[in-house]
Amino acid sequence: MILSVASGKGGTGKTTVAVSLALARRAAGAGAVRFLDCDVEEPNARIFLKPEIEGRREVRVPVPVADESKCTGCGLCAEVCAYHAIMVNRKSRQVFVFPELCHGCGACTLLCPAGALSETGRVTGVVEWGPADGILFADGTLRVGEAMSPPLIRAVKELIRPDGDTIIDCPPGTSCPVVQAVRKTDFCLLVTEPTPFGLNDLALAVEMVRALDVPMGVVINQADIGGGAVRDYCAAAGIPVLLEIPHDRRIATNYARGIPAFRAGEAYARLFLDLQAAVWGGRAG
Amino acid sequence: MKTRVTQIAIVSGKGGTGKTTLTASFALLGRPCVLADCDVDAADLHLLMAPTRLRTEEFRSGRKPVIDRERCTGCGRCAERCRFSALEMRNGLPAYDAFACEGCGLCARVCEAGAIEMREQRCGEWYVSETACGPMAHARLGIAEENSGKLVTTVRREAVRLAEERGLRAVLIDGPPGIGCPVISSIVGADLVVAVTEPTLSGLHDLERVAGLAARFGIRTAVCVNKFDINEEMSGRIGAYCREGAIALLGRIPYDRAVVESLARGEPVIRAAGSAAAAAVRGAWERLRAEAGWAP
Repeated sequence: MILSVASGKGGTGKTTVAVSLALARRAAGAGAVRFLDCDVEEPNARIFLKPEIEGRREVRVPVPVADESKCTGCGLCAEVCAYHAIMVNRKSRQVFVFPELCHGCGACTLLCPAGALSETGRVTGVVEWGPADGILFADGTLRVGEAMSPPLIRAVKELIRPDGDTIIDCPPGTSCPVVQAVRKTDFCLLVTEPTPFGLNDLALAVEMVRALDVPMGVVINQADIGGGAVRDYCAAAGIPVLLEIPHDRRIATNYARGIPAFRAGEAYARLFLDLQAAVWGGRAG
Repeated sequence: MKTRVTQIAIVSGKGGTGKTTLTASFALLGRPCVLADCDVDAADLHLLMAPTRLRTEEFRSGRKPVIDRERCTGCGRCAERCRFSALEMRNGLPAYDAFACEGCGLCARVCEAGAIEMREQRCGEWYVSETACGPMAHARLGIAEENSGKLVTTVRREAVRLAEERGLRAVLIDGPPGIGCPVISSIVGADLVVAVTEPTLSGLHDLERVAGLAARFGIRTAVCVNKFDINEEMSGRIGAYCREGAIALLGRIPYDRAVVESLARGEPVIRAAGSAAAAAVRGAWERLRAEAGWAP
């Protein structure tokens, strides 16, 4: 099964839940457990899982390069580019490429009638992988200054294999990066908190997951700090609440030191073993 | 003569460190000013500011293909050329996946039958509202939509226009988490980036990335450490990081259950009377004003 862990609002505990769930799944004696950190703008799961990195791959997006000796100055490349990533000075036949705007669709290169464009690669980030306590870990790290994370997220997801289980730690929000991370997964866990913010952003995330047609469940973190509005919302929307984690300063101090909640004591280990059973038992059962 | 508008972008790298609650508190302390909620795909500032909406505008951006099945000859060129796997041949016809499509329009260009038309998309809304602290520009990106960077730019442009129109000197930008396209759009051209962080390993890691991003765009960074006392050693490391990089440390806000409780009620922390966190936020505000050259 491929499981995504997401949330509309940031900082609700996605990484805590994803990491602890992977450790619980492993402890429950499942076969291969893969962990993919797709929050490539701020990948943090390795702080908790401490993998031994064995492999590394740069991810590139194709960008055009112009051979100005062949350019006729027709300007078609600039006309076809939906991202304004290429400009032509028709008189001087100079081609200006803005790599950070280019999505690498290939339209300019394919359609240039003079064959003056070819492609090179722009590095958007790196994928790294290695074992972590019996878990097969991988993450993506977006290059600072790079705007586009979806190609890198897709590259991390290429490491999904049909055997065993894959847990994906997603970026926050509801737009293209999180869509790339959640799409084509079998189940999505949405982590939220019982504040007006948590509820507002949960409702947005639920709409997104529904649009992607992925079944989902909710984890309420710091469950005892607010009222019952999140629980009421889930009941009305027909979304199961699979786990409630109490507000506990110990979780925060352990988190600060890079210790996963699963290892914050017997009671917490139990919580995540139960969550693991609820997610896999409830589906595969 | 136009007033010079100071733009302060409040960001964090890591989500959930307290950006929005700090933005709202700074707005209360610095009012009147203009607010810009640039976290357009999970906007929350309205929950604290209770805005009254004055204007709603449609946000149109990007194009998506519409396939005329009558004209399609099933040649498969579109699917073959699409690098995003947004078109795939199924039963002799192209099947379209909107979530994979990046709107490049190559499919329409290569279709010899003229069966594909690129149509402009409505992908969100933006608003101008009135709050107790001043006008606010905000938005809602459509679910699972792209082009959040362009919507952020739209919100910021409107916020600056509002400041000029009303003679207000400061725009407070509540930014999104991360370092990608909407974050870049939120900080470019700002006078100061305020990075809100927590004393955790991930907080420091993410702070370094977001401060690196600001430096790339030549923008000064100042830092606020939230819940500084949950790990004093890590708070010390963040302080050292700031000193080494000549980054102003605006404030260290203690862990305070009053913050959690005021958030659960949907109120900015500054309203919590007698709270140690509220006092620290006031201190941070004074330093921010000096740092940003925000004359009252």
